[in-house]
Amino acid sequence: MNEIYALLVVLAIAAAGLAGGQMSFGRIALAEVIPYAAAILFLAGFCWRIMRWAWAPVPFHIPVTCGQQKSFRWIRAAKIDNPSTQWGVLARMAAEILLFRSLFRNSRAQIGGGWLILSESGALWLSALAFHWALLLILLRHLRLFLEPVPAFVNALERLDSFFQLGAPPLYLSDVVVIAALGYLLIRRFRDPAVRFISLFTDYFGLFLLLAISVTGVLMRYFTRIDVLNVKELALGLAAMRPQAPQGLGPIFFAHLLLVCALASYLPFSKLMHMGGIFLSPTRNLANNSRSRRHINPWNHPVKTHTYPEWEKEFREKLQSAGIPVEIAEGAGDAGNARTN
Amino acid sequence: MPETLVQIEQKAPRGDWRDPHVEFRKGSICYSAAAKNLGALSLPNPRAWQPMDADWKLPPDWKRIVLDGMKERLKKYRSFRLFMDICVRCGACADKCHFYLGSADPKNMPVVRAELMRSIYRRYFTLTGRLFGSLAGGRELTEDVIKEWFYYFYQCTECRRCSVFCPYGIDTAEITMMGRELLNLIGCNTNWVLEPAANCFRTGNHLGIQPHGFKDSIDFAAEEASEITGLDIEVPINRKGAEVLFVMPSADYFGTPHYYTLLGYLMLFREIGLDYTVSAYASEGGNFGLFSSHEMMKRLNAKIYDEARRLRVKWILGGECGHMWRVLHQYMDTMNGPADFLEVPVSPITGTVFENARSTRAVHICEFTADLIHHGTLKLDPRRNDHWIATYHDSCNPARAMGLLEEPRTILKSVCRNFHEMPENTIREQTFCCGSGAGLGTDENLEMRLRGGFPRANAVKYVKEKHGVNLLTCICAIDKATLPTLLEYWVPGVEVAGVHELLGNALVMTGEKERVADLRGELFAPEAHSVGSASEASHA
Repeated sequence: MNEIYALLVVLAIAAAGLAGGQMSFGRIALAEVIPYAAAILFLAGFCWRIMRWAWAPVPFHIPVTCGQQKSFRWIRAAKIDNPSTQWGVLARMAAEILLFRSLFRNSRAQIGGGWLILSESGALWLSALAFHWALLLILLRHLRLFLEPVPAFVNALERLDSFFQLGAPPLYLSDVVVIAALGYLLIRRFRDPAVRFISLFTDYFGLFLLLAISVTGVLMRYFTRIDVLNVKELALGLAAMRPQAPQGLGPIFFAHLLLVCALASYLPFSKLMHMGGIFLSPTRNLANNSRSRRHINPWNHPVKTHTYPEWEKEFREKLQSAGIPVEIAEGAGDAGNARTN
Repeated sequence: MPETLVQIEQKAPRGDWRDPHVEFRKGSICYSAAAKNLGALSLPNPRAWQPMDADWKLPPDWKRIVLDGMKERLKKYRSFRLFMDICVRCGACADKCHFYLGSADPKNMPVVRAELMRSIYRRYFTLTGRLFGSLAGGRELTEDVIKEWFYYFYQCTECRRCSVFCPYGIDTAEITMMGRELLNLIGCNTNWVLEPAANCFRTGNHLGIQPHGFKDSIDFAAEEASEITGLDIEVPINRKGAEVLFVMPSADYFGTPHYYTLLGYLMLFREIGLDYTVSAYASEGGNFGLFSSHEMMKRLNAKIYDEARRLRVKWILGGECGHMWRVLHQYMDTMNGPADFLEVPVSPITGTVFENARSTRAVHICEFTADLIHHGTLKLDPRRNDHWIATYHDSCNPARAMGLLEEPRTILKSVCRNFHEMPENTIREQTFCCGSGAGLGTDENLEMRLRGGFPRANAVKYVKEKHGVNLLTCICAIDKATLPTLLEYWVPGVEVAGVHELLGNALVMTGEKERVADLRGELFAPEAHSVGSASEASHA
């Protein structure tokens, strides 16, 4: 049922955008009020979540090591997968964030004929990486709408993205990739029994929402052929805090905009915060140097231990009869039982 | 052995994981901790109960205790709060868990194990969970949830294999540790964890061996090592002013095949003339506190530095043990340091400064020995291990918490001529757990151990069939205690040994008598025997 609820909520948001876009009051709310509310929720929520994590201390030094430690000069250490320096950590985090290093290790386990067979499995890594990079590219392309003059790198990215010059307006590769990758991730959630078993509302909701945003964007660019100048007028107005929704944007634009606002407001309160959380993950962002540099626990509470004097007191006779040296002087504190030997 | 054969099959997960109901079956659970052990450790709610009982006799305000405990830990551990928040349920971890592979129980997928806790976190500690309840993935905290936690958090060996594959590094061991801490707050703990902890607190070691018994065991091993080598081998106990305090897991002097590893250590120390002592007070390197709470870990670990300080040694050498090294490497210095009363470890034989142990001042025996071998200071005759065709099991903690991968291999390849690795994705950081770690290695849990150990055993079976492997070496006391049962069941004909047992076989000691048998008393392979006398042996 989770997937149906998620789809219904996304469709409802899209419908609200479509309907609102056809009413003058709705256009004002959608284009001039809701984007600010979403931006505030996004920024405040994002900062709040990051600070919640950052405020919690890292009491123990718990990196997960994925390669040879640095011990001797004659043993080659895995400088990135088991970093011993801050540079190594930086490289490990970069590999994790830019290339999804850990996901790249993914394998698939099958059991048959009494054997456990582990095979390579790159589809999840590939689709996840493709989706995230395509999404980044699309976001950067959208800078064209908010900046005047358009920065050179945005133009360059656009040229790269429409490299094949298919159709008019030319097809952006990132549009194809983002929809294909999201489609794969969604189908995987439905078809892989283990992944379906673990999927919650939020897992489907995020995918449907991103898919709806992508589809409405594609519709505007390739099919309804929205006038980008109108969009830019709105975007620049929003950025300059003088929002003014121009005429002729069309209902799909408002659906797209409302879906984006929904995503921005939802992100800080959902698992999509993984984009911020990965930077703070203590199994990845610490160097494996816990024996060469002392890690400090800010709340290192004192605990009750069984001290050596207590231990010796309890076992003193046994220690002495076994000929194990004792520490505490004869008679100290326990004169009644003192023996000489 | 279970009465019926354990069948390993893959099944598509069914049902709804949010239903907390668990069936407690003999063979797949650990029994409750005896009240006396809770008493000995001043832990709350000591009582007589068993997991199969309908009434667990929880304290009346158990729910408040658990939620307050969660709140406190969310503030104290970034790992906990973060790992509660950022999982996207991509499923990459699912088939990485040996318990999921062996049991086909979908709640053994690491992601679900964590969701058991996350669902409570969301319901009580997040805005969306409080507003939308189950739609936001929240669950009510009920007694059934506590029982479910008990079942699944004591069905995780904290091996961290899933964390290697997680794109955010979410570490199920952290979540299991938190789960067990919370369960401990209301007196839901297992005897196999708490009895060793209580013993360790009182006598100094998990097995509850008192000082005179400790001395007997050590003396017995020293005598046997003397007999094997014809040399006079003595082991100092609680000796002040030695250079090195040697700490080992208690199983090394009380269990088999651990015992042969101990013989190996003793022979090595004799041969190089190491100025060392063992301690009857710090007579345990292992730490079952790690399997109940951070506080208990610290309580049990404290004696190691305390004893090193009292005996005025310069540095600490640690034996072969997996979770002991998790604690020594990642926790000891933080919890009970700084070790400023010790010196930076330097090998008295080679002069090597152990830079990687500069602060903790504790060196792993495999680092120490690998350094000796690298410098050619040991005379080794690997032919004395020709009756073994060995493979090496990376024990979880040295592999995934330290990265101690090549040091033991350096030793093995120098002391043994027949060595074959298991498949790539079952060794090193991707090693499969024995299925009995983190305090699960008890007989009442045997079926689940055999299931969890299946992936490991299966890789052993592969090299047995391919290369005729007959020996699985490892550097973990729990491995040595539990893998023999596992292999007897899944791969009969493969023995288990510590790395330093093979070193002891191969070590040609100055003035030793001619040796015809290994440390187990098994005759050397004929060829090795005929040519392998001490005088002819070559340097490694």
